[in-house]
Amino acid sequence: MKELKIFGIVAVFTLILYWGVEPFAHSQMHKHVEGDNLQYSDLKPVAAKGDAAKGEALAAACVGCHSIKVKNMPAPMDAVASAQAYGVNPPDLSLAGAMLDEKFFAHFLLNPAEVTKSKHFAMPPSAGSEQDAADIVAYFKSIAPKEATAKEGYEFACGRCHANRYDKWTQIGDVPKTKSNIKTGVDLAALDFKKNLGVYQNKLADYMGKLPPDLSIIIRARSEHFLHTFIEDPQSQLPGTAMPRVGLNKEGMEKVFTYLEETGDPSAPKRKAVGPWVLAFFFIFTFLAYGWKKAMWKGHH
Amino acid sequence: MAHFDENAKPFSHKWMNERLAVDTLKRVLSTEYWIPKNINFLWAMGMVLAATFGILLISGIFLLMYYQPNVNLAFDSVNYTIMSEVGYGWLWRHIHGVGASIVFLIIYIHMFTGIYYGSYKRGRELIWLSGMLLFVLFSAEAFSGYMLPWGQMSYWAGMVITNLFSGGGLHADFLVEWIRGDYVPGQAFLNRFFMLHVLLVPLAIIGVIVLHFGTLRIPHVNNQDGEEFDFEEAAEQYKAGNVKESKVIPFNPVFLSKDVFVMGIYFILFFYLVFYHFEFAMDPVNFDPANGLKTPTHIYPEWYFLWSYEILRPFSTNIGLIAFAIAQVIFFTLPFLDRSPNVAPASRRGLFKYWFWALLIDMIVLTFMGKLPPQGIWSTVGLVAALTFMALWIALPIITAKEKKL
Amino acid sequence: MAKNTKGRRDFMGMALGGFTALGGIGALYAMKRTWDPLPSVKAAGFTTIDLKDAQDNVLVTEKWRGKPIFVLKQSKEMMAKATDVDKKRLIAINGAHYMVCVGLCTHLGCIPGYNPEDKSFLCACHGGTYDDTGMVTKAPPPRGLDIPPFRIDGTKLVLGETGPEYEKMLADGTTLPV
Repeated sequence: MKELKIFGIVAVFTLILYWGVEPFAHSQMHKHVEGDNLQYSDLKPVAAKGDAAKGEALAAACVGCHSIKVKNMPAPMDAVASAQAYGVNPPDLSLAGAMLDEKFFAHFLLNPAEVTKSKHFAMPPSAGSEQDAADIVAYFKSIAPKEATAKEGYEFACGRCHANRYDKWTQIGDVPKTKSNIKTGVDLAALDFKKNLGVYQNKLADYMGKLPPDLSIIIRARSEHFLHTFIEDPQSQLPGTAMPRVGLNKEGMEKVFTYLEETGDPSAPKRKAVGPWVLAFFFIFTFLAYGWKKAMWKGHH
Repeated sequence: MAHFDENAKPFSHKWMNERLAVDTLKRVLSTEYWIPKNINFLWAMGMVLAATFGILLISGIFLLMYYQPNVNLAFDSVNYTIMSEVGYGWLWRHIHGVGASIVFLIIYIHMFTGIYYGSYKRGRELIWLSGMLLFVLFSAEAFSGYMLPWGQMSYWAGMVITNLFSGGGLHADFLVEWIRGDYVPGQAFLNRFFMLHVLLVPLAIIGVIVLHFGTLRIPHVNNQDGEEFDFEEAAEQYKAGNVKESKVIPFNPVFLSKDVFVMGIYFILFFYLVFYHFEFAMDPVNFDPANGLKTPTHIYPEWYFLWSYEILRPFSTNIGLIAFAIAQVIFFTLPFLDRSPNVAPASRRGLFKYWFWALLIDMIVLTFMGKLPPQGIWSTVGLVAALTFMALWIALPIITAKEKKL
Repeated sequence: MAKNTKGRRDFMGMALGGFTALGGIGALYAMKRTWDPLPSVKAAGFTTIDLKDAQDNVLVTEKWRGKPIFVLKQSKEMMAKATDVDKKRLIAINGAHYMVCVGLCTHLGCIPGYNPEDKSFLCACHGGTYDDTGMVTKAPPPRGLDIPPFRIDGTKLVLGETGPEYEKMLADGTTLPV
């Protein structure tokens, strides 16, 4: 009994210590930003009902800069040339309808700079009226593939500015597998890729003010709450940041998080698989050790 | 020349005995190494520490195989290669990280147990001193290890802690540069701290652990009541079969059986943390690669250094450094500042009882304040706690000198 | 002390010891996995060689799994001399014949040097020699140069993958699995 009391005292002090240096200290260090639950409540609801067929006609203008791979429509320029023209490579729009919040998307088409809270957003206003905007949104919703990978989601939402070196992703695509040339002994294709990436990153850094960080392990460097509220509204966490508001919906956000977890915390599934076995082992170990101790101390008191 | 039986079969019991005295060794080190019976689970912390050190050593060996002590490669060798490519690399890393943090919790419990029961007095001074030496070495080991992932916390902790050696107003910048091998923490710094972490400091730790065990052999382990009795007599009694009446038990297997049980409970907690709650031991800030041109908004040491860090913080540079230096060594002087001859639990020692709890609570307050941003009310609380810490140590010889002899 | 208590004590000690050993085996498995080659190392075990530009009797050295790979296009006269056993070792693509071998002496792993004049390989370490198809002509090497797993893909050779031609070589004992 006395030992349990002593154990209780040790446990209480340990827990107080833990509370003070972890939850309490962190609550004091970071300003709390209340999220908006992806409601984008600063934007007015869009009354107009979208018509996908009309939207298709309007969306023909998009391919002037963007590609729409699901419809086999290529972009007029490759990533590097696009960056040279606009500062960044415009995204492929296949997933736009699936990843973006409907209301945000419509307002974005009307006034990109204001809605993204990014002063020099490269995209010009692209819808003449709320009705047009609603039609375009309806069109992109209708063509978005049901099944897209987490990586495709990341590529659309983040991947043209943020590399992910743990997944060999660069702003201009996956690092290609190349091989040194038999005559020169030098991997010329790899050098070429590096050069293109350099040009792209240069333009991107010019456009954003600095090169946006690699997100390989961001999931462990920032709390989930921070990332969530930051993606929802970058200005709320880092006032003045060049990062635009992306306007993801719930599914879009989930895709991005799934991808970031896969690259930044790849051991999660393994921990889940091994953990119960190791704990079960030590429970049985302790049980047997207790039996041994009992037997050893018999007659000692 | 010793006698060797020519007929003894190689590696037989007799053969081994003649060459290695295995029976004597076993007797002296285990079956007739006597431990008082009147103890509680806190007496198992020594073995728990030894086991944790073993776990740190093994996990460290496996991390060492893929770690790259290079400023350009270190971060990714840890966070990519070890965490996602090496088979079970993530397990070694989480065990190593959690172990490094938890080992200090156990060290503090072990230390405060010693303080509470007066286990640093009457022939046990060297146990205390070698133990404190181990504390310092573990601190060096923890700090040097923290440099290795080369994240933002590594870099800036390296910057701040090495700057302490400039001695404030002394401006001994040459010493700081000598320690770093560079103007800032760079390649030379990472390489030498890597060497310290994997070779020199562990070697020293192993040596001092042996010394620490050695210092226990003659004065024997203390007991719950600080009772002084004749170990020889109690041992004879035990060997004669009066195990119930005897005040001692053999280290092996009786004491060990309890140690192993306590270790079992400890491992449940330990591996729960490894698999489900490791974040506390791996600060998020250190998952940003080191950047010498940007200090993170909040930097703070690991939790086990916070109390001494907070003693540094509320004062101006020079006074802070002196206070910090005192905090580092003051625990060494405990056996000499405690003037009372009583070896007893603090609860029976009059004012010392209040001194003990005041010290414990003050250090917890210092720990809290060490992590909070040094602003507003927190600064004041931190200053008061730091002054209290100093006052407690000044008061110690006075209150213990007045203590009634039990 | 009664005998049955002692028995129980021993039993509990052994049960605990045995169970701990079980945990030890688990830990050893994890340690073994840590020593395994990394997935990125294994994934890099494929190399494509384009044989189109190879010239008669000019040795080209490529790299596969970190090892040198010798590619030697056989000239007409070399083919005229080749025996049936020699021919089994050559890879035929579009009527041309190539020797493709791991360029490490089968004795103790040094790299043999090629002499285009007398069309033979000499390993300077211990004096072993091979002919222009990689057959051993002088001891100590126990066998001819090993042929890496390959698959023919047009005029290209994918090393590290196994095609029917390579399977045939394995089956008739022309080479050992690498």
